[in-house]
Amino acid sequence: MAASIFSAVPRAPPVAVFKLTADFREDGDARKVNLGVGAYRTDEGQPWVLPVVKKVEQMIANDNSLNHEYLPILGLPEFRANASRISLGDDSPAIKENRIGSVQSLGGTGALRIGAEFLRRWYNGNNNTATPVYISTPSWENHNSVFVDAGFKDIRTYHYWDAAKRGLDLQGLLDDMEKAPEFSIFILHACAHNPTGTDPTPDQWKQIAAVMKRRFLFPFFDSAYQGFASGSLDKDAWAVRYFVSEGFELFCAQSFSKNFGLYNERVGNLTVVGKDTDNVQRVLSQMEKIVRTTWSNPPTQGARIVATTLASPQLFTEWYDNVKTMADRVLLMRSELRSRLESLGTPGTWNHITEQIGMFSFTGLNPKQVEYMIKEKHIYLLASGRINMSGLTTKNLDYVAKSIHEAVTKIQ
Amino acid sequence: SSWWSHVEMGPPDPILGVTEAFKRDTNSKKMNLGVGAYRDDNGKPYVLNCVRKAEAIMTSKKMDKEYLPIGGLADFTRASAELALGENSEAFKSGRYVTVQGISGTGSLRIGANFLQRFFKASRDVYLPKPSWGNHTPIFRDAGMQLQSYRYYDPKTCSLDFSGAMDDISKIPEKSVILLHACAHNPTGVDPRQEQWKELAAIVKKRNLLVYFDMAYQGFASGDINRDAWAVRYFIEQGINVLLAQSYAKNMGLYGERAGAFTVICSDAEEAKRVESQLKILIRPMYSNPPLNGARIASTILNTPDLRKEWLVEVKGMADRIIGMRTQLVSNLKKEGSSHNWQHITDQIGMFCFTGLKPEQVERLTKEFSIYMTKDGRISVAGVTSGNVGYLAHAIHQVTK
Repeated sequence: MAASIFSAVPRAPPVAVFKLTADFREDGDARKVNLGVGAYRTDEGQPWVLPVVKKVEQMIANDNSLNHEYLPILGLPEFRANASRISLGDDSPAIKENRIGSVQSLGGTGALRIGAEFLRRWYNGNNNTATPVYISTPSWENHNSVFVDAGFKDIRTYHYWDAAKRGLDLQGLLDDMEKAPEFSIFILHACAHNPTGTDPTPDQWKQIAAVMKRRFLFPFFDSAYQGFASGSLDKDAWAVRYFVSEGFELFCAQSFSKNFGLYNERVGNLTVVGKDTDNVQRVLSQMEKIVRTTWSNPPTQGARIVATTLASPQLFTEWYDNVKTMADRVLLMRSELRSRLESLGTPGTWNHITEQIGMFSFTGLNPKQVEYMIKEKHIYLLASGRINMSGLTTKNLDYVAKSIHEAVTKIQ
Repeated sequence: SSWWSHVEMGPPDPILGVTEAFKRDTNSKKMNLGVGAYRDDNGKPYVLNCVRKAEAIMTSKKMDKEYLPIGGLADFTRASAELALGENSEAFKSGRYVTVQGISGTGSLRIGANFLQRFFKASRDVYLPKPSWGNHTPIFRDAGMQLQSYRYYDPKTCSLDFSGAMDDISKIPEKSVILLHACAHNPTGVDPRQEQWKELAAIVKKRNLLVYFDMAYQGFASGDINRDAWAVRYFIEQGINVLLAQSYAKNMGLYGERAGAFTVICSDAEEAKRVESQLKILIRPMYSNPPLNGARIASTILNTPDLRKEWLVEVKGMADRIIGMRTQLVSNLKKEGSSHNWQHITDQIGMFCFTGLKPEQVERLTKEFSIYMTKDGRISVAGVTSGNVGYLAHAIHQVTK
């Protein structure tokens, strides 16, 4: 038999965040804590299926009129309309003027990919793979791969995290935008920046928008934590809505993985805001073609749950409540961790723990300190120092705080 | 002005577009013979009993919603490989394969297409049968491959142009990719017989071609899952390490749940691990990890003996109804007094039938009788019922006499 055509296929490195969880699972130490992958955990350290989701799933299961037929290519209409409405706001001028479009996608990732594929084909000319794409430093590591695999050849970074002051490097960010070639695409985190948890203030967003408008830069928002960050849907969507009010055409990739806890159902939505109906219709028609060769049409289960919930005032209120439960627990863990570190007198300042927002915190721990945490203390976090706040519980707070203290004092 | 002023309006998808036009039609006699979704004899979508039972089991288990691994639900992918390859398959037992969960057939095909683009440097050419499913071409094209074709369907006989196929395939440059429909060829319903499959295996082996099977109808074609997978299994036994895309849309009626799988048969388990690692690198920037629901339903069915038995009965039931409708259509055409030879309708297999109708005749069927199908003359036999087969025969006779 001839040598295999795949004999030269090299072994790819595992995706870091999933390897971390795999290592955690194999760890037999009773004290182990998983502060790695970004999924919400209860105070008992358990996954949480939202009560409203359980309720709606039962409704769906009891509804014999429902079947498993194909959804339209762009997805479940009631889901698409409600999902975009959540992001843009009930009173959005763009919705009133009928110049928005939506594409149900496989999670936030799928929405990003459809948007990226569309931009590569149709933005800034036809099939212009040279349009620069700017991603924050740091960012979710998959952003880079999404745009590379979509065909973009010039992926660049923009300043974001100031490690020295543990906050937003606004000046660096604005400078990068001033220097960026016109028409460059900028990936913006709508709220709860991953991994730093550091968001621009409304004033800072206004400055960002002003530069982007003047330099004709394209805003592509990634909104994976709406509601989950502050507990308020409106507050977490402020930046997106501001850009819309400033007349931008933009994309917003939405994920319902975290705020609905629907991780494995892959519920996402790409919201498109355009100048007018006609432009949006043509954009959607081309996005349909992209969807058709990627997954043909999206899965029903998750979209039905979200659509049913958002369309019912009663269920919507219950959902909002569930979201607030999660956001509040995260906020509590932030303040509890900070106060313990400050009581211990752990070297450094720890106010960033409560100033940062969302699921993640950029602790400031360096790779050596992280290695200590994992190997000696069996506390799993990413080499960047990112921790998942909802991995903290009232039971493990003391242990984690003491361990961070040890890592910071023992290892430089 | 807008960024999108120059964006052209995309043409409506020909297959799914048919259903949309059908929905707008107000004629009470209208028939949708477009998209390939099974209908029962009342023309209604059919949710399999084994699916309902699997769903009830799932609901009672109160599982969480945590992310699946990138490669999908392990119970599902293993059962999927076993279903396709057969439990006694050496390739399966030795572990020299990798199966990842894909977004139904389309998503599984696309993963494979992307994998070829990235790692199969010997050729960019993918050879499709003429004709093939309309979406094959854009899938491979968007993945960065080039499309070629080999003769397959003979419009004069409405059956397989076997000598034409063998002739074309014998001239395909070595190390090209050839796509084969494992069973129930879409859109023609024309499948090779087993002796013909043997000759096809010999020639692709001789030409050193990379074989990519698309199996969207296992069980749904003949009613027998082993019979429908015979070609795939034979090729592997002949030492041909194939790529395979599977769909559970039709055979389990899981259309909108998007349950599918992509498999690569490798030299050994070590190679399979390397290939798997690269497939994950491709999947992560597409959608991170696959949806659970459909895979969990399929896995529950395949791995629960009672449910698996029930499924085999139900899938045979669907296949039998289709076969029955083919027979009735032919007999009704005879009753109408048609003098044409309609034997191909019962010779062909699976959901689709290439009627041999020309575009002008198809247009008349739609305009005058509100019968919707794709303009290549393809009908979805699943859309035919004992209640409307007479009307269909009458209409076909009117436009062909």
